[in-house]
Amino acid sequence: MTAPNLYEQPQIYLILAALLFAAGLYGLLWRRTLIGMLIAGELIFSAAMLNFMTFNRFLAPDPAVGQVFVLFIMGLAAAEVAVALSIIIAVYRNYQSIKSKEVSRLNG
Amino acid sequence: MNAFPASHVIVSGLFAVFAVLTVAGALLAALSVRIIRSVCGLALCSVGLAGLYYFLHSPFLALMEILVYVGAVCVTIVFAIMLAEPEESPRDEGRPTTLWWGGGALLVSAALCGSLSWLGLQPSWSAPVTRATDGSVRAIGVALLSTYSLAFELISLLLLVAILGALVIARSGRTRT
Repeated sequence: MTAPNLYEQPQIYLILAALLFAAGLYGLLWRRTLIGMLIAGELIFSAAMLNFMTFNRFLAPDPAVGQVFVLFIMGLAAAEVAVALSIIIAVYRNYQSIKSKEVSRLNG
Repeated sequence: MNAFPASHVIVSGLFAVFAVLTVAGALLAALSVRIIRSVCGLALCSVGLAGLYYFLHSPFLALMEILVYVGAVCVTIVFAIMLAEPEESPRDEGRPTTLWWGGGALLVSAALCGSLSWLGLQPSWSAPVTRATDGSVRAIGVALLSTYSLAFELISLLLLVAILGALVIARSGRTRT
């Protein structure tokens, strides 16, 4: 009985997903432009998808369900990127800036 | 089974390459100063994730990841960067609020990463006894068009609405007056 391969263990994928999530969260808190925050949000989506795929591969009784769910997440992420980028471009036209600090006209 | 003697080493090396690519791309996307570099980091991270999906027995989603993320999302973000400003102005370092904010962000992310990894390392994962399907592309297609057909139609409607909304939002202000 040889040692099981590393890529046949769910733990390594879960740790990778945690690292992705942490990088995305740090970027979301630290970046100051709207596009940088959008990219960090995509990293968080990717972490969620990797988690879904891991549980789908190792724990789910039906391995097709998780893949369908991840496909739906991909579609939602694509729609989110399209709408967010058009909002960013509209903000840039009105403010001449995409810094999140300067979009504060509604700030009390 | 092992026709090629070093196949185990090659497969493990490929897995390590994809894992390192994912983490390095994520760090590049989160930490680099220029936005264009962070888009490149997102693309690298997506390529690594596609490799990981291949190791997780779903080549279909690996191809979709490449197609959607590298092919569509990154290219769209690059277009938006070209339309808006490409540079992030240098942060005024040394101010205490900046330091506090950066330290707090690092602390929160490190704590969440550590606790999620700790949860993942708990030795309680048990494999299911039986598998209903084999998770192939055929099984995904059958599930999409039978069990999840309503969600499939809804997501196509959502994509249509998102495209129309993006066009309408980005178009306002373009007309010359």
